[in-house]
Order: sequence, then structure tokens, then C-alpha cells
Amino acid sequence: MWRGDYLYLIQNLVVKDFKIRYRNMSLGVLWSLLNPLVMMTVYYFVFTQIFKSNLPNYPLFLLCGIVPFSFFTVAWGTGTTSIVDNAGLIKRVPVPREVVPVTTVLSCCIHLLVQVMLLLSIAIFTKGLNRHWVWLPVVWALEILFVCGLALLSAALNVFVRDTRYMVESATWVLLFLVPVFYDSNLMPPKYRPIYDYNPIAATVISLRKIVYEAQPPVGSTLWKMVGASLTVFLLGLLVFHRLKPMFYEHI
Amino acid sequence: MSISDRQPAIVFQDVWKSFARHAGQLLIRDRLIQLLRSQRLEKFHALREISFTVHHGESVAVIGHNGAGKSTLLNLATNLCRPDQGRVEIHGRIAALLDLGAGFHPDLTGAENVRTNASLLGLSRREVREKFDEMVAFSEIGDFINEPLRTYSSGMVMRLAFSVAVTVDPDILIIDEVLGVGDVAFFAKCQERIMQFRHAGKTILCVSHSNATLKDLCTRAVWLDHGRMMDDGPLAQVVDAYKSAMSPQAAYSAG
Repeated sequence: MWRGDYLYLIQNLVVKDFKIRYRNMSLGVLWSLLNPLVMMTVYYFVFTQIFKSNLPNYPLFLLCGIVPFSFFTVAWGTGTTSIVDNAGLIKRVPVPREVVPVTTVLSCCIHLLVQVMLLLSIAIFTKGLNRHWVWLPVVWALEILFVCGLALLSAALNVFVRDTRYMVESATWVLLFLVPVFYDSNLMPPKYRPIYDYNPIAATVISLRKIVYEAQPPVGSTLWKMVGASLTVFLLGLLVFHRLKPMFYEHI
Repeated sequence: MSISDRQPAIVFQDVWKSFARHAGQLLIRDRLIQLLRSQRLEKFHALREISFTVHHGESVAVIGHNGAGKSTLLNLATNLCRPDQGRVEIHGRIAALLDLGAGFHPDLTGAENVRTNASLLGLSRREVREKFDEMVAFSEIGDFINEPLRTYSSGMVMRLAFSVAVTVDPDILIIDEVLGVGDVAFFAKCQERIMQFRHAGKTILCVSHSNATLKDLCTRAVWLDHGRMMDDGPLAQVVDAYKSAMSPQAAYSAG
């Protein structure tokens, strides 16, 4: 039915989101920087002063966990409520519904970009650049794909059961501990490792640390599991969304 | 234009549409209760057995009292929702003005809103670049185009929304009750544009409570009452029938 220009539409909606969010903040993009820096400082204090961690360059180690994880939390959370929040659009414009959660996730990528810049500049100052950085776009792209899939899934479910957003919030709290944000993934007992690696967020953090922190190429098996899991979740999200979208109108 | 003259623009065939009355209760608790009691939600029939065909070049008004199903009918024609039963067929590009600036955001400027809205309606980057000036000129917004939308009057928002919708160059234009907001001069301009539309063989489906608007824009009317189609025919005839049914005497003699 709708034969428009998807890319142009998505670009317009992402820019719109970005402008609305930042026009009302006097510090603008600085907020995106402040958030991970505050988190980093808190974790740094807790894990060097209370639980003594002897990892070298612990701030960089932490940022490799905090940046992908905070993107995941914010993007999945806003993605989940995106359809209900944009009821005006859904009920009034016959635009393909998939566009709504996807653009919500993509506009969080602007935050992510700012935070990645912070992470990489700290990495350059403390560790220096290395050739394995070419893997970074692949890792980020897979994480974004995974979050888009999750957002499609939960946004569709949230229309029918409004508690979904609270379940998503709880899930992100659980995942904070099941993703190596402030600990080393090698501390995870080997018997859990095969399942653990299938979580694309954990895989993002593990691969980031390999590349940026250890200056080594990412482990192939971790990447392949990440590709598999991200694609599966994305396709599942699309499928569920596609099945449920004809009923959105009546439920929002 | 690839649309053949023989193919109708809009076809409704035995269309039924109902809504569940869940009163916004959509928490897990409510779902579980539904499941346990295996109770079916009470349904409200917005449209029953609606069948009509609109050919290209026709302009049709949908009339009826509040809650008669007019907006549901327009939403079905815009493909925002699907019928429970029956078939809705649309042939051609649609632009719908269902709400004053659906998809508009008060914090964005007029220009930003025009671009976003045009892309929502399906315009490509090139088309927007080519037609942007035309849209702004038609709306007569002038320098305000670079001001945030919240500084606009509702008439200005309507003018902008209308300008975008007609510049999309749709085959079918669907209008729900929004033209009333503009002033007389702009209404005359809209009317002229709609006339050009009709001469170009395009189709209009609209809802309005203003008889003057209808008389100027439409030639045919469909009358809905509690979701049923009461009449379909030349505008004047259907409006007269509707008016006499709604008049106090009719209510008295019927009651």
C-alpha cells in the first residue's frame, strides 16, 4: 500500500526525534557524555575502593561495558513504548508501522555515537589505536540489529499487554549482572559460558574489550554466535510485529 | 497516470467493523481474567454491511450524526485498520487529512514539519526538494515557516497540513472535518484546488458537518446512521433526507 521512500522517511523521523530531544536541553549533547561518565565514576569507586579490582586501566574496561549496555537499556526501553507513545501517528497516518520502533532505536544511536567517541578517545590516550578497530563497526551494527529486533517484539506486545514495559525494565536490571559490565567475562564459570556468549549484549562487551582493551582481534566463535542470535531475534521481532500490527489500531 | 478509468477508486463490499469495549484495560490482570472466565469482550459495531463504490473523479461526502461511523469509514478507506468482514479496495495513491497535522510536532519548525509529513505521506527526497517551495507558497505561511509550530494558529496549521496533502498529488484525497478551521479566503483557495483535482479525474472522500462545505465540494453523499448505510445518491437529495430525518418533527412522529 505505502510506496514511499523508506530511507528518507527514517532519516526525517530520526532527525525529528533528535531535534526534539536536544532543543529543550541547554546542555544538549553534553548530557550524553555526562551519563556514562557518572556511571563510570560510581563503578570505579565501588570496584576499586570496596571490591578491590586489580584490572589495569579499569576506567576503560568499565566504559567498554557501560557504553553498549546503556545504549541497550535506553533503546530497548524507548523502543518498547514507541508504538503506544506514537498513537497519534499510528491511528492517523498509514505509514508502515515497523518504521516507528526502528527509528526510535536509531535515534538513540546518536547518543551512542557521542559515547563511542568518548570511549575511543580514552582508548587512544591510554592504549593507542590498533588495526583491529576495523571490527568495531561490525560489532556495533550487530548490537543495533539485535536491539531493533527486541524493540519490534516488545513494542508490538506492549500494545496488547501494557505491563510489557515493566517486564522490559526488570529484564534490563537482570541483564546488568548477566552482561560483563563491571566484571571480567572470564570469571564466568566455564559450564555457563556456552549459553552466556549467545547474549549479543555480552558478546558486544566481550568483543569490545578484546579489540579496544586487549588490542586483539575479536574471537571468531563469539562473533558468529552474535551474528546468529542477533539475526534470529531481529527476524523473530519482525515476524511477531508483522502478525500483530493489523490489530494495533483497535488497541491503542 | 497508470490508473485506468474503468477501475473504481474505492470499493467497499459488505464491510463490517466492530471494536471491543475494553475501556482501555490492557494489563496482564485483565488478560488473565478474560482467559480464566473465557469471557468475550462486549463488541460495539461501528459499521454494518457497508457497500458502495466510488469511481475516479467523483467527490463523495459522508454524512450522519456523531458516532454514526463516518470516521471509521474514512479510516478503513485510508487503510489504517481492517474490516472484520467484507472487502475494502483502494486503487491509487492516497493522501488523508484526518487530523490537523497528524505527525506534526509543536517543537519543530514549519519547514521541518513539512518535510517529515511529506515523507510520511510517501514523498521521496527528490519530490520534497522539488515541491517544497510550492507547498510553502500555497500555505501562505511566509516567514513563519522557520518558526516552531506551537507559535502557529490552528488555521495556519491547517493551511500547512492541507498544502502538504494536496502537493503530494494523490489520486484519492480523504478529508475529515478539517477544512472548517481556515478563513474564507483560504477556503476559497482550497476549493479551487479541489476543483482542479476533480477536473484532473481525482477522487475525494470527505466528512463535514458544514452543509456549505459539502455543497461546494461534493456531488454525491453517503448517509450513515448507527453504522448502517441509510442512503447513497446525489448530494442535495441525501442531505434533504438526512435533514428531515433529524428534524424534531420526524423524531416526534417516529417516537
